[in-house]
Amino acid sequence: MSIEYLGLSSINGPLVVLEGVKGAAYDEIVEMTVNGKERRLGKIIEINGDKAVIQVFEGTDGMALRNTHTKLTGKPMEIGVSEAMFGRTFNGIGEPIDGLGSVEAEKTIDVNGKPLNPVTREYPRNYIRTGISAIDGLMTLIRGQKLPIFSGNGLPHDELAAQLVRQSSLGDSNNDDEKFAVVFAAMGVKHDVADFFQRTFAESGVSDHVITFINLANDPVVERLITPKVALTVAEYLAFEKGMHILVILTDMTSFAEAMREVSSSKGEIPSRKGFPGYLYSELATIYERAGIVNGVNGSVTQIPILTMPNDDITHPIPDLTGYITEGQIVLDRDLNGQSIYPPISVLPSLSRLMKDGIGEGFTRADHQDVANQLFSSYSKVGDARALASVIGEDELSDTDKQYLIFGRAFEQMFIGQSVNDNRTIFDTLEIGWKLLGLMPRGELDRIDTKVLDQYYKPTVLDANGDIVPAAVED
Amino acid sequence: MATTGIIFAINGPIVKTSNDSGFEMHEMVYVGEENLVGEVIGLTSDATVIEVYEETGGIKPGEIVTGTDAPVSVTLAPGILNNIFDGIERPLSEIAKVDGTYISRGVSVDSLDTKKLWKTHITVKPGQAIDGGTIIAEVPETPAILHRVMLSPNLKGYVLDVVEDGEYTINDKILTLQLEDGSEIPITMTQHWPIRVPRPIKKRFPASVPLITGQRILDTLFPLAKGGTAAVPGGFGTGKTMTQHQIAKWSDANIIIYIGCGERGNEMTQVLEEFSELIDPKTGNPLMDRTTLIANTSNMPVAAREASLYSGLTLAEYYRDMGYDVAIMADSTSRWAEALREISGRLEEMPAEEGFPAYLASRLSAFYERAGMMQNLNGSEGSVSIIGAVSPQGGDFSEPVTQNTKRFVRCFWGLDKRLAYARHFPAIQWLDSYSEYLTDLAPWYAEHVDKNFVEYRNRLVYILNQEASLMEIVKLIGADVLPDDQKLVLDIAKVIRVGFLQQNAFHKDDTCVPLIKQYKMMDVILYLYQKSKALVHQGMPMSVLHQDSIWDKVSSIKYDVPNDKLEMLDQYKKDIDTFYEKVLEKNA
Repeated sequence: MSIEYLGLSSINGPLVVLEGVKGAAYDEIVEMTVNGKERRLGKIIEINGDKAVIQVFEGTDGMALRNTHTKLTGKPMEIGVSEAMFGRTFNGIGEPIDGLGSVEAEKTIDVNGKPLNPVTREYPRNYIRTGISAIDGLMTLIRGQKLPIFSGNGLPHDELAAQLVRQSSLGDSNNDDEKFAVVFAAMGVKHDVADFFQRTFAESGVSDHVITFINLANDPVVERLITPKVALTVAEYLAFEKGMHILVILTDMTSFAEAMREVSSSKGEIPSRKGFPGYLYSELATIYERAGIVNGVNGSVTQIPILTMPNDDITHPIPDLTGYITEGQIVLDRDLNGQSIYPPISVLPSLSRLMKDGIGEGFTRADHQDVANQLFSSYSKVGDARALASVIGEDELSDTDKQYLIFGRAFEQMFIGQSVNDNRTIFDTLEIGWKLLGLMPRGELDRIDTKVLDQYYKPTVLDANGDIVPAAVED
Repeated sequence: MATTGIIFAINGPIVKTSNDSGFEMHEMVYVGEENLVGEVIGLTSDATVIEVYEETGGIKPGEIVTGTDAPVSVTLAPGILNNIFDGIERPLSEIAKVDGTYISRGVSVDSLDTKKLWKTHITVKPGQAIDGGTIIAEVPETPAILHRVMLSPNLKGYVLDVVEDGEYTINDKILTLQLEDGSEIPITMTQHWPIRVPRPIKKRFPASVPLITGQRILDTLFPLAKGGTAAVPGGFGTGKTMTQHQIAKWSDANIIIYIGCGERGNEMTQVLEEFSELIDPKTGNPLMDRTTLIANTSNMPVAAREASLYSGLTLAEYYRDMGYDVAIMADSTSRWAEALREISGRLEEMPAEEGFPAYLASRLSAFYERAGMMQNLNGSEGSVSIIGAVSPQGGDFSEPVTQNTKRFVRCFWGLDKRLAYARHFPAIQWLDSYSEYLTDLAPWYAEHVDKNFVEYRNRLVYILNQEASLMEIVKLIGADVLPDDQKLVLDIAKVIRVGFLQQNAFHKDDTCVPLIKQYKMMDVILYLYQKSKALVHQGMPMSVLHQDSIWDKVSSIKYDVPNDKLEMLDQYKKDIDTFYEKVLEKNA
C-alpha cells in the first residue's frame, strides 16, 4: 500500500516541507510527481511529528504548493550496479545520460554505504603507478588509499586528473589477472570541463574501463550531494564483489561541500565555520573513508578527490577537514604553474602517509625511500637558500647554497616537470632522482644510508644544454 | 517494567520522544524497532532528547524507545586487553563475526567474551570483611598482565563463601557477599561502571615520576609525569598520530588504552597489525597484550565518537585501580570536540566561539582532570596519564579546542608544519613546547639518571634559543658575517637538532632510546661545545674547526652507538680531546 500526499506546506530553496505524513522514515527516499507528469526524487532529512523536511534532488523549480504529489518509497536511496556500466555516462544520481538506454542491474545497493569494520580492513601495502615522477617518487599512491589533490582555480588539476586516468596502472610488475578500472565522478563541473574529460577518455581509448558520473555546474545543487555516494557504491561493488582495483576520482569536492552549506542554510541550521554545517567533517569522512582494502578480497578502492581551495587557502575548512581525514595530500602551486612547470606539484606540503609501507624492496626498489627522503630534505634547503638570495643577492651566497639553487631549478624542471603524455616508470623516476642528487656534494646527502650511496651516487654536472651529465672524474 | 517513550522527531543522531516518559538523564535506551543504542541527553516537560550511537536512517515517528534504568556503562572484567572495541565497548571482531565486512546497526553482542574460562585464583577468605575496591581474585589476563578482580567500589560486606581456585567465566559466581543489611548477593568477576562518572579513589599524589617514552625530545626536553596530561597539537601531516604510536609502543606504562576518535580506519588497522607483531622489550610479549584499542573511525556514528573518550577513560581507571600505570592516547580530542559541536548544533543550542558549545571548556577540564597518580581504594598506587592529540583548524593554535586544552594540560608538545615539511621528525617545535612537570621531576632525574641531567637539558634549550635569535640575523645578512663564537652556536645547535632532536622511528636503535643514552649524548654534545668554545676563544676560526669529521660523528651517535653498547660513548670524548689537540697543533 502506498499513500500519495497531495500538496506541500512550504518550499524553501531545495527543501520542501510536507505535513500530515504518517509512517515516514528518516533518510527515506520519496517520489514526487510535479504537475502530474514530471517525476522527481527527494530524501527526508528531518522529521518532526507529522512534518517531514524533504530535500529534492532535481531542485524545486516549477514546484508549487498544490501541484505536487508525494509518495513514500520506504527505502533509502539505492542504485543498481553492474559490470555493464563500464564505458557509460550517468548523471549525478546514477541515471544514464549517454542515450544508450538503461543498464541492467546485477544488484541494487543502498548508496549510503556502511562503515567498514576496522577489524576486517587490510592495511594497504601496494602501490599504483601514475607515471608522474613527483607522485610516484615522492608521494606514492597506494592501493586502498585516499589521496586528494588540493588545487586552485586556474590550475591544471583537470589535465592532471585526466592524465591520472589515462596512465594509472598497477605498476611495472603488473600481472594480468588483476583488473584495474576507474570510476570518475564530477560534481558541479563546467560544461567544457565535462566535455574535456569525455573527449580525453575517448581519444586515449580508455573509455572501456571508465565509468563516468557527471553533475554539471548548472544541474541541481542537491543532486551533487548524492553523486560521490553513488560513484563509491559502484566502486565498492566492483572492488569487493568483483575483485577489481578501482581508482575513484572525485572532482570537485568544493562544490559538494558548498551544496551541503546551501541545504543546511535553507534548513535554518546553526552554522559553524564559514557557514558550513557542524557535520561537514562527518559527512566528508563518510565519503573518504570508503577507500580501502578488505581482508581476503582481491580488490581495492583507491580515491583521488580533487578540490579547489577557495582563494588558494589551505586553511579553508574544506581542504583543512579533508586533510585531516585523507592519508596525505598532493598540493598544486600557482608559482610553479606560472613558471610553466607541469604538473605544478608543490612537493614540500605534499605527502602520502601510506607510502612508507608500500614502496621499497618487493614493491618498487630498495632505495626508493632514501631517495625520496633526500629529495625532500634537499629541496627544503633550496627554499632557505632562495630566501637568503632574495635578501643578500645570489652572488653573496656560499658555494653550497649556490649549488642548492642549481639543484632546485633542475629538480623543478626535470623531476617535477614532465609533459602531459610522459608516462615514466618507477625506475625512470628514481634514475632522474639520482642524477639530480649527483649535483650535490656527497657530504650534503645526510638522509641516505652509506651503502645505498655507494651503490647509486655518481657526481653529475649541468652541461651547457641544461642536461645533467656525469661529472668528469677527478684524480 | 522499563520506561518507554514514543518517537516524535528525528534529526541526524538526535531523536525526540513526544513527552516526558520518565527517563533519567544519561540513561541508556534502546531506540526503535532495531534497538539502536542511545543515551538521554535532555529532558523537558514535553520531550525527551536522545542521542543515538548508531545511524538513524529508517527510523519512523511512532516507534518505541525503551529505557534500561541504567546510565551508559562499560563492562569491566578480564578480556579487555588485546581487544578492539567501538565507542561504546562493543568488540569489533565479534561484530565482524556476526555482521561481516561492514558494521550495521543494532548489532547485539556482549562487550566481553562470556564463554571464555579464565584461570582464577581467589584472594579472599570466608569471614573476611571487604570494602569496595578490595582485590578478590587474580586472573592472568594476558601473559604480560595479571588482572586483579576487585569488588565494585559501591559494595561492602562480609565474604560468606568463595569458590575453589579454578577456571571460571566472567559471569560465574566466585563468592557470596553479605551486605551490612544482612542480605546476601552473589559476586562475579564483572563490574559495570557508568562512563561519565570517575571511579572513586582514596587520594591524589603530586607528580613525581616521569613516564619514560624513549623519545629524546619528550623525555629530556619536555617530560611528562606518570599521571600527567599532555596535548599534542598539530596540523595534518605533522605527525600527531606517529607521536602517539611511538609513545604507545615504547613508553613504560603497564597498560595502553589507544582511542582512535574520529580518525582513519586504515590507521586503526595499522595499529592492530603492527602491535600484534611488535614485541614489548620489557616483557617479551606482543605489545597488544598490554593494549586495548577503541576505534570510532570518522565514518562511524558521531554520537558514539563523543562517548568513546569516556569509555576509554573508564577502562583506564579500572586498570589504575589494580595498581597499574595506564597511558591513554586520545587521537584526536578535536574530533571529540567537533562531535560535541555537531550534536549541540542539532539541539539548536546557542553557540559560543566558532560554533562550539559554551560548555566545551568544562567538558575538556572534566576529561583531563580524570588523569592523575592516585592511591586507590584498595591502597595500591596507580596512575592514568592522558596524551591528547589536538587537530587545530588550519593548524592555527589560537582556535578554541587548542586554547582550552592548553588551560588544562601541563605538557604541551606543539607540532610545527615547517619542521614536518623539512622532514624533521618528530616535528615538535622546541621553542613553543613546554612541560610544567620539569621541576616536579628534577629530583627523580637527579636520583635515577644523573645529578647533571636537568642542568644539561637547560643548557641544550639555551643553545637552541640562542640559535633562534641568531637565525633572525642570519635571515637578513647571511651566516658568513657572524663572529666565530656565534657561528659556533649555530653549528652546535645544528648538531643538537640533527643528532639529538631528530629521531628516526624506523631505525631499530633510534626508535626508542634509554634515558642513560639520552644523558650521555647530551654530555658528548656539550663537551664538544665546551672544547670548541675554548678553541674559538684562542682565536681558531670556525672554518678550521669545521673541517674535522668530529661534527658529523657526533651528529650520528644515535645510529652508530647501539643501545646496549653505551660504553662506546666514552670513546667520543677522547675523540673530541684529540680533535682539540689536533686543531691547536696545526694552527698554533
